[in-house]
Amino acid sequence: MTAALPAWARFVAPAAVGAILLGIWVVLVDVVHLAPRALPSPVAVGEQLVQHWDIILEDMGVTATNALVGLAVGSILAIVLAGLAAAIRPIDGMLAPLVAAIAVVPIVAITPILNTMFGASSQFGRQAVAGIAAFVPVFINVLRGLHQTRPVHRDLLRASAATPWQTFRTLTLPTALPYLMTGLRIASSLAVISALVAEYFGGPSDGIGTAIATAAKSGRAALAFAYVAGGIAIGLVFFLVTSLLERIVTRRSPV
Amino acid sequence: MTDETIAVRAAGVGKVFPTKAGEVVALTGVDLEVAAGEFVSLIGPSGCGKSTLLRLIADLDEATSGTLSVFGKTAHQARLDQDYGIAFQQAGLLPWRTVGANIALPLELHGVGKADREARIAELVDLVGLTDFVDRHPDQLSGGMQQRVAIARALAERPRLLLMDEPFGALDEMTREYLQSELARIAAETGAAVVFVTHSIPEAVFLSDRVVVMSPRPGRITDILPVDFGDARVEGLRESPEYFERVTAVREALHGAPVERPNER
Repeated sequence: MTAALPAWARFVAPAAVGAILLGIWVVLVDVVHLAPRALPSPVAVGEQLVQHWDIILEDMGVTATNALVGLAVGSILAIVLAGLAAAIRPIDGMLAPLVAAIAVVPIVAITPILNTMFGASSQFGRQAVAGIAAFVPVFINVLRGLHQTRPVHRDLLRASAATPWQTFRTLTLPTALPYLMTGLRIASSLAVISALVAEYFGGPSDGIGTAIATAAKSGRAALAFAYVAGGIAIGLVFFLVTSLLERIVTRRSPV
Repeated sequence: MTDETIAVRAAGVGKVFPTKAGEVVALTGVDLEVAAGEFVSLIGPSGCGKSTLLRLIADLDEATSGTLSVFGKTAHQARLDQDYGIAFQQAGLLPWRTVGANIALPLELHGVGKADREARIAELVDLVGLTDFVDRHPDQLSGGMQQRVAIARALAERPRLLLMDEPFGALDEMTREYLQSELARIAAETGAAVVFVTHSIPEAVFLSDRVVVMSPRPGRITDILPVDFGDARVEGLRESPEYFERVTAVREALHGAPVERPNER
């Protein structure tokens, strides 16, 4: 095993790798002109990013909102249903195969149907796709978390004559919370990806995905890449926020 | 009133666990009385039903035969009335709660007001010597400290009966002896009756007024030995000839015959 990196190196090392790769890219495109024509220089991408910042931000807002609505609704639905499944065994039996079915639904397969169903002026199809994608990991993780209470803790609450509601509030829920956060972290990335991919299959003519497709088709590769950078930014923000939440909640988990 | 002078009364208590391979008799024909304020240890090899008996008294499991009463009530009613406090081999602290909040958990569950809880926490952390750690979380404490928090939690509602299931079983010998002395002091100070499950002979002898010796297959009581050190449970006791005499007596009762060469740890 290699020794752990010092704290500063953990930030500097990946940044250095990124800078080196960016340098190679610039050299290939701008200096030796070896790259295919569809690959723009990072400099050109940066220029497009600055030039079209306002509309890129607008489209980012559309996609991020779709992802967020899908993530929120899908997660709430997943939490409620997982709670029911954990509390009532027959419901668990009923839901398990359904969730397995939803988990294997290829998002790209139903996206055109949903988009057509709700029309070219509605974001609902995209939000629904993000919601379905977010639902599965949240449901699975919350259901698992609700079953993680330790026997010694259950004995303790029974010995303390706690009511079922008190047991849920003081033991079951806090035990499940880190699992919920893990589910949310996984779901957040899936929701962003799904909301973006859904835009490739119709619906309103806004959003990062639509813009990437339009720019690429009209040969504006640098602009397309600028939009890709916008998409990455959305994904990063979602991931970082949910990771932070997860870290806060799991701080006190192991004993 | 007999209700107040007898903490635990078991008559003909038995427990049968149904398993796939058939019924397993965990406990049979247990007759035992624990007086108020008395310290009684249950000792015996694995499978002798000592923990099962404790769980029956705590109403964590139900007896399949016989009658069991705690301060004259059914075990079920005694649990609902919070007549006992309990500590397990694992401290069983909630990791997301501070030491203080863990100790106050039973009080919180029974609607004790915040000011009263704070006052009680202060008393209890002082009793178990953890005043400086009241705002720490369990993962910042050693195993022995966690167990002291668990004992403080068991004492939170001033129970007249303390049930302890090998609370020092997972600790090293030094911590263990220290906590035994602490427990002897706490039990004397609070005047609570204690039913204490252990598989350590010296521990049982040091702490108890009486040692209940149990035997497996089926789990039953084979002997009850008085120790009678009174209130003289100080460190010097561990070195005294009377102490070794009692240890030998319990060991012989456990093995069912005089032991040639006592193998003291």
